[in-house]
Amino acid sequence: MLLLRYRGSEGMVAWAFHRISGIAIWLFVLLHVLDIYLAGGNPNVYDDILKFYASTPGRIMEVLLGAALLYHGLNGLRIMAMDFWPRLTAYHKQIWYANWVIFIGVGLPGAFVIMKPAFGW
Amino acid sequence: MNVDLRILRYDPERDQAPHWENYQLTVDPMDRVLDLLIKVKAEQDGSLSFRRSCGHGICGSDAMLINNRNRLACRIRVDQLGRKISVAPLPGLPVVKDVVVEMSGFFGKYRSVKPYLINEQPEPERERRQSPEDRARFDDTTKCILCAACTTSCPSFWARPEYVGPAAIVQAHRFIFDSRDEGAAERLEILSDEDGVWRCRTIFNCVEACPRGINITRAILEVSSAIVGRRG
Repeated sequence: MLLLRYRGSEGMVAWAFHRISGIAIWLFVLLHVLDIYLAGGNPNVYDDILKFYASTPGRIMEVLLGAALLYHGLNGLRIMAMDFWPRLTAYHKQIWYANWVIFIGVGLPGAFVIMKPAFGW
Repeated sequence: MNVDLRILRYDPERDQAPHWENYQLTVDPMDRVLDLLIKVKAEQDGSLSFRRSCGHGICGSDAMLINNRNRLACRIRVDQLGRKISVAPLPGLPVVKDVVVEMSGFFGKYRSVKPYLINEQPEPERERRQSPEDRARFDDTTKCILCAACTTSCPSFWARPEYVGPAAIVQAHRFIFDSRDEGAAERLEILSDEDGVWRCRTIFNCVEACPRGINITRAILEVSSAIVGRRG
């Protein structure tokens, strides 16, 4: 497949992650519509779903959702910044790496807070 | 040194589909991929087809997919690639034979953006003068050699071949921001089409592929900014 065979650089990887995280967020929105519907439609199932969200696998999914949201948001800002100031395209790789620094800086503490109860802390 | 050269061969009169063929060559590390292709054609298989003209990165004839990245065969050396080298036609364009691709669609898009000076004013006695600052405004996009390495490296183009593509936008940029030209509005209208500048996803493959080092994504974004500014 051409998309996997072509050797792009940071820009192509940034775009691929943007698409993957975008699809992940869209799937979560579908799930969220469903679980919110169940709050009124079938409260027992809703309670069970919330219990799953609080379990360890549910929390791992929540961390992944947070990662997708954080990446998509940060990269979206990178793209918008270049839209407004095309000169920034010369530094698109540096901005992407700066995004990863923010991603780790914000994401790791966030993941810790989400996963804490799973370890009984 | 010995190199393993893999070429994606296709002869429409013989083959059902493209297939890889391997060639063992003894070459100098400073040889270019173009030298390797010429060597294969001269010594191993005279039926190998590829385009080349100037051989020095000016004409843009020999752009191809080399080690899975679009490059000019005359501008990339063996020592930059290693002992295993793969050569395939530019992605996303119909293959005519071996690494020769059908370029008429590409040049049709080039023509669609009116890549020539539009100025209805009476011709001045001497040249149309321009300040160095005004000239600098579009300097980067004057360097394009129409090799198609950028357009065929673009995932948006692979997904939608109707997309006008980076090369045509670069050519449009060269005239849109030329102070002597009066056709900017026409070109911006053409490029605001659904298959115009909005298909750019800032992937930067075009910038990486450009053998002339043009910041193509910047040019595309400047054109889209001009379209938005014109409407605002």
